[in-house]
Amino acid sequence: MAETDFLLMRGIRKSFDGTQALKGVDFSARRGEVHAIVGENGAGKSTLMKILAGALQRDAGEILLDGKPAVIRSPFSAHRLGIRAVYQEFSLVRHLSITENILIGQMPTTKWRWLVDWKAAHKLAEQKLAEIGFSGLDVRTLVASLSVSHQQMVEIAKAAVTQPRIWILDEPSAVLSQDELKRLFDLIRRLKEASALILYISHRLDEVFKVADRITVLKDGELIGTVRPEDTNENQLIKMMVGRTLGEFYPARANKPGAELLAVKALGRDGSFTNVSFVLRRGEILGLFGLVGSGRTQVARCIFGADHATRGEIRLNGELIRPRSPRDAVHAGIALLTEDRKRDGLVMSCSIRDNASLAILPQVSRWGFLNMRERDSRVTAEVRDLSVHPAQIGRLVRQLSGGNQQKVVLAKWLLARAQVLMLDEPTRGVDVATKVEIYRIISDLAQKGAGILIISSELPEILGMSDRAVVMREGRVGGEFQIAQASEESLLACAAGVVQ
Amino acid sequence: MRRGTAWLRNIVSGQVTAGGALGRRWVDYAFLAAFFLLLLLAASMSDVFFTQRNISNLLRQIVTNGLISLGMLVVILTGGIDLSVGPVVAFAAIVVSGMVERQHLPLPVAIVIALSVGASAGVFNGFMISRFKLQPFIVTLATLGAIRGLVYVYSETPITPQDPAFRTIFGTAIVGPFTLSVLIMLVAFVLFQFFLNRTTAGRGIVAIGGNEEAVRLAGINVRGHIMLAYVISGLCAALAGILLASRLGIAQPSVGAGFELDAIAACVIGGAILGGGGGTVLGTLGGVVTLGLIDNLLNLFNVQSYYQQIFKGVIILVAVLTRRKE
Repeated sequence: MAETDFLLMRGIRKSFDGTQALKGVDFSARRGEVHAIVGENGAGKSTLMKILAGALQRDAGEILLDGKPAVIRSPFSAHRLGIRAVYQEFSLVRHLSITENILIGQMPTTKWRWLVDWKAAHKLAEQKLAEIGFSGLDVRTLVASLSVSHQQMVEIAKAAVTQPRIWILDEPSAVLSQDELKRLFDLIRRLKEASALILYISHRLDEVFKVADRITVLKDGELIGTVRPEDTNENQLIKMMVGRTLGEFYPARANKPGAELLAVKALGRDGSFTNVSFVLRRGEILGLFGLVGSGRTQVARCIFGADHATRGEIRLNGELIRPRSPRDAVHAGIALLTEDRKRDGLVMSCSIRDNASLAILPQVSRWGFLNMRERDSRVTAEVRDLSVHPAQIGRLVRQLSGGNQQKVVLAKWLLARAQVLMLDEPTRGVDVATKVEIYRIISDLAQKGAGILIISSELPEILGMSDRAVVMREGRVGGEFQIAQASEESLLACAAGVVQ
Repeated sequence: MRRGTAWLRNIVSGQVTAGGALGRRWVDYAFLAAFFLLLLLAASMSDVFFTQRNISNLLRQIVTNGLISLGMLVVILTGGIDLSVGPVVAFAAIVVSGMVERQHLPLPVAIVIALSVGASAGVFNGFMISRFKLQPFIVTLATLGAIRGLVYVYSETPITPQDPAFRTIFGTAIVGPFTLSVLIMLVAFVLFQFFLNRTTAGRGIVAIGGNEEAVRLAGINVRGHIMLAYVISGLCAALAGILLASRLGIAQPSVGAGFELDAIAACVIGGAILGGGGGTVLGTLGGVVTLGLIDNLLNLFNVQSYYQQIFKGVIILVAVLTRRKE
């Protein structure tokens, strides 16, 4: 029986804002196996798992469990089917104790049904932690005071209480120490023996080889193949993950890097990155690559003054600057396009006009009074240049597609005439046509002499756009590459710490 | 024709300043229809409603809530709330009366002092909220109590200013068809419409309520803007207090209890979203007039005031229910 497919996902499709995240994926897995799912950022592995866990709804396709169609409408219905996901973002209630978090919704009661039996609860929680091999934590501690790795354990324990048949572990090792990782692997082995299915998502290929029975590779929303670890090696796997050619996607390279514009020297911020140094020249596009959590966004935020570096120096045109707030940075001519435009890039309840002019309000006003005509004509011109659709500047950005929203954010910084433009995931959640347009805009800017820093998890983007690439790994600079000498394999290997 | 009716729609909705969801225009029209129905009902059921005397009474009565609501709107647009406006009204009323009556200061000086009392309350609220990232609800709840205490410290007993100028200027002086106080309120509405739409500070405030982090990352001084919003609210409440004392001819230390609720209600009826991201000056005017109208009508029909409160509660709930987002 073990050889039949316990879980079968057929023809799964999903798109966001017109971008196809999954293009008809057929995926199957068996009971009692550890099935690793690997792929680049944006390959669709998280989307696939979220659909299985009920956090996202598929556009098309079906899911079969034990040969029977499964209806998964919400995380709750997934739980009832015995599917539990442990994500990188925790779902713990921070101001409650470990006990309450583990036993949430099923706290033991005394003989009066409405009274919590705390003694029994703590005992039960301790027992549950011990069962999964994570003993040694005081279950009365508040989750908020735990380290991230301990929180991860509590998260896993919380899932274990419900004895799921399918486990989804999304980058479970990212925050664990070596010792904790060993305990996690022990747990996975025991779950496997209890004939659960463990779906294991990870960037760390060495781990995948250690723990997985089978490995499925996703790329650009398609399933590339499923292999056994003994039939392959890390380099082959990386090739499967990235194996694609750069088409006509990217503008011809005509950048002529000039004088040094921005120089970062031994920059550090406690707890997120250390000793980061690089140089950005005028008219140059510098790629900053790294896996999620490598500290690349934090570096940009410190240069922008949104966070404060605790060490090192930043020089703009040779002059030492110390941006204390985004306002300082904007005045100095530094812009940051953030990776999540809905969270901190756009005011969704405001119009295109308001959003695009947000960084230039002082320039289009006198004594605090707006020159409406000046503002509107500048915004209109920029919106036309970027061919934002619809080109009505009174339109609320909430009503625009993802690609057009991104153009509005871009318009905001183009209007501000920044000399250093840092773009964090500039094409995330953007359709292909707009992607090409954004690449052209970026390339134009560089040719006009701006210095551009592109932060991206998409290797083709880094390789297709930048002149040089800096790779970050675990809060440090892992390496610097001239693009002519770089390949997707070499960058990914550097970012993942794999020695080729 | 779309343009022709746009202003009408905006009286009761939130489309111009911060915008509501498109496709929910029927809500705005429904509000407008309900508003005119109310007027029609009033006119048909009461002979006195459309008399000049009653209308001018109605207008004078909404001045207080009108001014407070404007300040409240600005604060709500930043995503905050100001519960401390009631005692600020009382403080300004009693300070202006006291300065005139007890210290024998000239009226303009007394007014400036009263206004700066309101501004100081705003500075304090705004500082605590923007500097220490405290919740506006908590901070202004604390100052709500504290300022009320300060009012009684200043004077336990009501002050009746005898200065005839004080009473006539804001109380009975007529400018065109309005009393001066009504005119001041109307001018304030125009000024606020201008402020929120045509000044950098106004646009900043509107944007902050929509997404504070995005505004900060656009290089705008968010703290300063939040501070300004509370100062404006304090100034509006103080101005309302001065006009109230002038109209009533007496400043009670107990005046203003529950005023914050009426102001919040007016903003919400007018389409403002608590937590920021929506709200307009014209909508707020619609809310103020609606609430005033209800009070006025129920008074004309001799309905007791607790029924008025029940009625207001129902209106607020209906307003937010119909504007609810799916």
